[in-house]
Amino acid sequence: MAGNAQNGREHQHTITALVQNHPGVLARVAGLFARRGYNIESLAVSVTENPDISRMTIVARGDDRVLEQITKQLNKLIEVIRVVDYVEHSAIERELALIKVNAEPKNRSEILQLAEVFRGRVIDVSEKTFLIELTGGPEKIDAFARLMAPYGIREMARTGVIAMARGTKTA
Amino acid sequence: MPRMSGAQILLECLRQEGVEYIFGYPGGAVLPIYDALYDFRDIKHILVRHEQGAAHMADGYARATGKVGVCLATSGPAATNLVTGIATAQMDSIPMVALTGQVRTTNIGKDAFQETDAIGITMPITKHNYLLKRTEDIPRVIAEAFYIARSGRPGPVLVDIPLDVSLGKIEWDPSQYEKDPDIPSYRPTYKGHEMQIRKAAQAIREAKRPILYVGGGAVQSGAQEEVTELSERTNILVTTTLMGKGAIDETHPNSLGMLGMHGTAYANYAVHNCDLLIAVGARFDDRVTGKLDQFAKYAKVIHIDIDPAEIGKVVHCDIPIVGDVKTVLRELLKYVEPRPATEWNRQIMEWKRKFPLVYPKDGQMHAEFVIDEIWRVTEGNAIITTGVGQHQMWAAQYYKVKRPRQFITSGGLGTMGYGLPAAIGVQLALPNETVVCIDGDGSFQMTVQELMTAVVYELPVIVAIINNRSLGMVRQWQELFWSERYSEVDLQASPDFVKLADAYGAIGMRVTEPEDVEPAMREAMSQRKKPVIIDFVVPTEENVYPMIPSGQSIEQMMLRKDLEQLRATVDTDGEEWSFADQEQILRQFVEQPARQ
Repeated sequence: MAGNAQNGREHQHTITALVQNHPGVLARVAGLFARRGYNIESLAVSVTENPDISRMTIVARGDDRVLEQITKQLNKLIEVIRVVDYVEHSAIERELALIKVNAEPKNRSEILQLAEVFRGRVIDVSEKTFLIELTGGPEKIDAFARLMAPYGIREMARTGVIAMARGTKTA
Repeated sequence: MPRMSGAQILLECLRQEGVEYIFGYPGGAVLPIYDALYDFRDIKHILVRHEQGAAHMADGYARATGKVGVCLATSGPAATNLVTGIATAQMDSIPMVALTGQVRTTNIGKDAFQETDAIGITMPITKHNYLLKRTEDIPRVIAEAFYIARSGRPGPVLVDIPLDVSLGKIEWDPSQYEKDPDIPSYRPTYKGHEMQIRKAAQAIREAKRPILYVGGGAVQSGAQEEVTELSERTNILVTTTLMGKGAIDETHPNSLGMLGMHGTAYANYAVHNCDLLIAVGARFDDRVTGKLDQFAKYAKVIHIDIDPAEIGKVVHCDIPIVGDVKTVLRELLKYVEPRPATEWNRQIMEWKRKFPLVYPKDGQMHAEFVIDEIWRVTEGNAIITTGVGQHQMWAAQYYKVKRPRQFITSGGLGTMGYGLPAAIGVQLALPNETVVCIDGDGSFQMTVQELMTAVVYELPVIVAIINNRSLGMVRQWQELFWSERYSEVDLQASPDFVKLADAYGAIGMRVTEPEDVEPAMREAMSQRKKPVIIDFVVPTEENVYPMIPSGQSIEQMMLRKDLEQLRATVDTDGEEWSFADQEQILRQFVEQPARQ
């Protein structure tokens, strides 16, 4: 039956858009999200194996219909070549984080051990801090950040998620 | 190969696109283009009085012909003046190419004189836009702009042209211009999915109470024949949106007129009670649906639209069909079997008799009467443009059009001031037609300067001002929903429209008596060289009915209070009737099984 299409439970999707590598294309995508009131959790953009094409990985939140609209509205942009919503495919998601954490002499070995468990690397050391580089899925980075919090995180930068389908399938 | 400037290349591209008119206004950043126009004979430039007028004229031209309308303005304030017109075209999916000048590429981003970020400003209100950076890109970009504007779901495309790009000279062979270029990331779907079309045919076969709900997409794709054939073959009655007017001849017995906020009561009752809603090139606008969870709540929905993003955007859809309306209906007609008129049709016809569109014929010159007379005198053949407000809704209710592209109005954006410039664009496109702009005294004053344009180009547009000396639609809302607190809606202080017409060199008339409407219209129609302004002085305190208040459902539909008495003047079958019947209509089909 007809009726309001804006209902249902909210969840998070990872969407990849292959776009023409033109100036302004990021503004078009960002503008679309802002204008239509879609929630964006993270956005990562970079060039692909083809220098004419960029790959945007967008993590967005919404109910099924909002997420369907996001995909459709993205597809409508002239410079968007292809949109893949990874909810339908099994995909690997990765993010890179740089975390600058307080490292007092008494805590150093503890922090190093935790970093090792998470396969993080200390890439810069000062008298009072470690700068740790960590890659993984967003949950892994969240978990590591939680563990570092008691020591005092001075600064954290995350790239946002990038994603790719498993196997031979490509976007 | 000839050596040509960017401006010359641009005009050559426009010529190859079949552009007849450019609606524009010159300025610093477009001087090379105007210089090239000076001795370019194949395209006529129409000098407007304000760039907004240029955009609406290009839009009116496009709506009347289906071709791409073109407007041209310089950078900065001229580009921003186009914005309302571009947004108007975007909301109603009108093919248009807007060309703007821009400061030199080396000055972009430096806050140069008359610099605005036209691309950034128009990104949300265009189908696509381009900033040209090199003269050699002009042919490709113009070809893409026209192709994008007219294909798929049409829309406006803006091309921003820096001064040095139009000045630059390159070797270019005009025979290399390639229309309709392939754009790999843009491939609209025209043909509907066959399985879905079969499903739709089956749903139509099984439906007991189907209704066709037809929008602007049917007009754009030229599907009047298909809509009419589907309706005639299946005896499914048709209601159209404001944009869909003319998708079926409104004097056809199967036409229920417009639905929605100011739609006919019977169209709204039919949609409320239907068990199958066949949406054809329509987008479930809030002015159509009102309260969403009440809209067509017993119906299964078939949605045919060329834009996949429209499907499921507002309402749930059971059978989506993405494709061009005309193409899809052609296919659908292969599977749809004849279906007799049923009890359902009889029921709707009874509602039509019980809740007609009527106004009092009491010797007063009501707005509805004026429009009814315009319809009668023009024999329903005029091309109508409108402003926005009460007069627009009355025009939509009472000017029954016969064909698509005959009712030209700003539906989505609701742009006051659209009517006169649009009428100019229409009249240029179709010089032999009678073009009537049914306008309001408020709307008319928003773009009145274009009267000069009409006079200069000897365009016999007729502007019928429905003058209630008030911002009538706002006044109506304040009366009905804001405790009659009439805040800033009084337009008693307006120019004398007859003298104003005279000042511009147009013909002005004032009509205050009902019997003078016809002679005034006849005189106006006999003018073939000058625009005519007719100031129809109508009562102030009148409302457009029926009305479903914003965001509410058909249960809150307001009918005119004198409907019971008025109905007796048009229907003499003596059948008893009262407002109480409404309650029954709303409940009548409730017990019938709704879709799961």
